[in-house]
Amino acid sequence: MVYYNERQLDRTFAALVDRTRRAILARLEREQSASVSELAKPFAIKLPAVMKHLDVLDDAGLITRSKAGRIVTVRLRPEPMREALDWLRRYERFWSKSLDRLAAYAETKEADARKKGR
Amino acid sequence: MNSLTLVRRICARPSIVFEALTTPQGIAQWWGPDAGPVLLAETDVRSGGRFRVRFRLLDGTEHESTGEYLDVVEPKRLVMSWQWTSGGEPDEAGEVSRIEIDLKRIDSGTEITFTHARLKTDASRASHESGWAGALDKLVRHFSAEGIVDRKIHGSIEELAR
Repeated sequence: MVYYNERQLDRTFAALVDRTRRAILARLEREQSASVSELAKPFAIKLPAVMKHLDVLDDAGLITRSKAGRIVTVRLRPEPMREALDWLRRYERFWSKSLDRLAAYAETKEADARKKGR
Repeated sequence: MNSLTLVRRICARPSIVFEALTTPQGIAQWWGPDAGPVLLAETDVRSGGRFRVRFRLLDGTEHESTGEYLDVVEPKRLVMSWQWTSGGEPDEAGEVSRIEIDLKRIDSGTEITFTHARLKTDASRASHESGWAGALDKLVRHFSAEGIVDRKIHGSIEELAR
């Protein structure tokens, strides 16, 4: 269906392909916000590499960064993730809505048949 | 390989549900993800027969899917192949999936088990290989906290990622 911004979906999924970036998102999900240096601590990679990952996440709209003095605070931005989830569930929605209407229609037909004594 | 299974209980006898599933008049009443109209429905309900359904979404776009009835046991079972022939999911052009519908007589009417299998898109394949479906799954909790997603959806995401 054409509900989705394909380019945004590509960016979201491309961002989620990487394990380090997933770990960053999972941590932000737990802790609401974190500074860049806090985020970098658990990883055996250098700060510039973490910054590159943050750039990818930022470009995909999955995080926001705000600077206060020397500290950059990173926060999760869930909207693109929600759209990605909707995309994964697209057939569930398609058929779920269809079956709801199928049920309503069949139940009307059943009531008609009973009225006619069949 | 992905598959989706939905189960519904309908207060109508199986023969009425089967008719709603297979006649053009019936299909016109329910087919599609929103309240947009079914523009065309053709069915030839026998093994080897074909169906074609065209519908318009509320956003004005039109989509058409076709397929072949692979198994028809009135009023119990319906199996058909299914593919988009116009509109639909661009990344699934040419992909054929399979729909299996089982109708079981119950006291209150009919229990319908609807399975759409072999939904294998590039993205769903990638979800297995890269594990992002798992990442999404973990992040579902975040949306749950915001009241956007409930636990039922959590379950279905796991199902889709399998």
